[in-house]
Amino acid sequence: MRMVRGGLAALLLGLVFCGNAAAQMQLNGAGATFPYPMYSKWFNLYIQVDPDTRFNYQSIGSGGGIKQITEQTVDFGATDGPMSDEQLRAAPGRILHFPTVMGAVVVTYNAEGIATGLKLTPEAIAGIFLGKITKWNDPALAATNPGVTLPPRDIVVVHRSDGSGTSYIFTDYLSKVSREWNNKVGKGTSVNWPVGLGGKGNEGVTGLVKQTPFSLGYVELIYAQSNSLPFADVKNKTGAFVSPSLESVTAAAAAFADTMPDDFRVSITDAPGANAYPISGMTWLLVYEKQKDAEKGKKLVRFLDWMMHDGQQHAAVLHYAPLPAQVLAKEAVALRAVTGPDGAPLAGH
Amino acid sequence: MDSESLEAPWMAARPTVRSTVPRRRNVGDRVFRLLTASFGLTLLLVVASIFLVLCYQSRDAVRTFRWAFLTTSVWDPVAREFGALPLIYGTIVSSLLALAQAIPLSVGTALFLSELAPSWVRAPVSFLVELLATIPSVVYGLWGIFVLVPWMRSYIGPALSGTLGFLPMFSGPNYGVGMLTASMILAVMIVPYITSVAHEVFQAVPAAQREAALALGATRWEMIRLAVLPYGRTGVIGAVMLGLGRAIGETMAVTMVIGNRADVSLSVFAPASTMASVIANEFTEATYDLYLQALVEVGLVLLVVTVVVNVLARLLVWRVAAPAGGGH
Repeated sequence: MRMVRGGLAALLLGLVFCGNAAAQMQLNGAGATFPYPMYSKWFNLYIQVDPDTRFNYQSIGSGGGIKQITEQTVDFGATDGPMSDEQLRAAPGRILHFPTVMGAVVVTYNAEGIATGLKLTPEAIAGIFLGKITKWNDPALAATNPGVTLPPRDIVVVHRSDGSGTSYIFTDYLSKVSREWNNKVGKGTSVNWPVGLGGKGNEGVTGLVKQTPFSLGYVELIYAQSNSLPFADVKNKTGAFVSPSLESVTAAAAAFADTMPDDFRVSITDAPGANAYPISGMTWLLVYEKQKDAEKGKKLVRFLDWMMHDGQQHAAVLHYAPLPAQVLAKEAVALRAVTGPDGAPLAGH
Repeated sequence: MDSESLEAPWMAARPTVRSTVPRRRNVGDRVFRLLTASFGLTLLLVVASIFLVLCYQSRDAVRTFRWAFLTTSVWDPVAREFGALPLIYGTIVSSLLALAQAIPLSVGTALFLSELAPSWVRAPVSFLVELLATIPSVVYGLWGIFVLVPWMRSYIGPALSGTLGFLPMFSGPNYGVGMLTASMILAVMIVPYITSVAHEVFQAVPAAQREAALALGATRWEMIRLAVLPYGRTGVIGAVMLGLGRAIGETMAVTMVIGNRADVSLSVFAPASTMASVIANEFTEATYDLYLQALVEVGLVLLVVTVVVNVLARLLVWRVAAPAGGGH
């Protein structure tokens, strides 16, 4: 009796197992935290497109994503800052970057009497974060904000304490607009900040700015919006003051569309377009050009194709800026380069 | 830290119970002995492997920076320069400041509970004190951000700089977050540990000691000073070291209120950074190998600091225990 029951159980278990293995395929990914809400929404929606593909994405940070794709422990990686040449060389195969969505980093503040839309020049932002502009009523701020009563108080600078793609985009922007910043501090997911307090995560910075009178910091657009914190208009390369919005971020990428390199490893900060918001950034998925497993590779390519078309429509709901059409067209071309282990292209099946 | 609580220093004096029954060859006993010995060995292996892995994973950083890692104070991932001095300073100073606040509070509470409190107060109060120990540290951090930081900015900070502002310790701008705020959170977090251990220590003081002091005409305070405190000295030091160990390793709550700035500053209002907080902050986005190795080396230094503190504690307990130990 016991034997029979045991045998039955084993048979059932085997059936369940086989059924699963044949029908479903799991794609594992890891990396950036910034696009995580977008990715998990996409992975959920994609079940309706292809019920047999399941995604398991761990938002462990861009550094971890790069490490794991290099070590081939995941099927795809994700990062907020493009991989360096040195990092690409360390990988066992060629890794391709696929931009997915974009976001804006906004300068947010908490100063009595100053509403949203304080006008800031790149020089003013760099000066504040370098610790050279210390007062709210500094001439550099007063010059671009006539009619706004600026208080004669010290600016409390707030930055991220944890390594993050947000900091990367912000410091990348400052490195482009300020030679002094570039020489003294540079760009990175964590830098040696000349001044200020560190808050952990976007929510940490938001909390500090919200609580500390006369403070100023940087966060992702969505955090400033959902906490109804004011944020600044920033003067872009053409001299126009642009308010951060999904449209002005997409415009920033569009301004780079013609000059975008084929591997998409480009920063879109300080974009030249008239409507472009200058502190914008892309986020990427990392995929090996030559897939080890043809079936998995095919599923991955099909998902990327869906992401570039239908997927983009869902970006705005979650406050991510969709990619401009020119960039998407270029990505579709790049996707054709992804091959199986035999070198046969996987796209277009 | 838990091993510390299992084998608190004042217990060391207790003689080990040895069986007087002649040893028989009993299979069950032998199996039990082997089993428990292997459990003990596992713990040793875990500690040893943690140490070895930290050493191995930080070998390039150790080779690159050598002693400069401990003596320089620039932490700049972009320039690939890593000096952990501000982090070591932050860890040690925040923990010591926390102890300075926690010791009077917890020893006082423990004395009140064991000597003065009526029994209907004792049970609920000691329950509440122990309840403090079960609150997750992230909850302390949130309380810190929403309650302690605004208090610090509007009341405690201005009061301190208004009265003691001439000292470099209490000068400089006060943002609400910073070294002092972090040490206050730490103090609240370690109070339950020190209090409950000290309470038990004071309860273990023989009633005869107290009665003898009272019989000689001592007041309540003199009785505590002459009979209870000297008797419990070793145990209280053990309790304090337990608290210090916990303060050194605390991560989440500290990260949320310390301001995260790798600077050595004399002012307790200034933002600072600790070894544990920098690991928690930067580990996920450490984008190149040397950076990761530097963070692992910070972990190694943290482990060594913890071990050194514990060894010092043991030495202190032995020294203090030596004269008192002859009494019984």
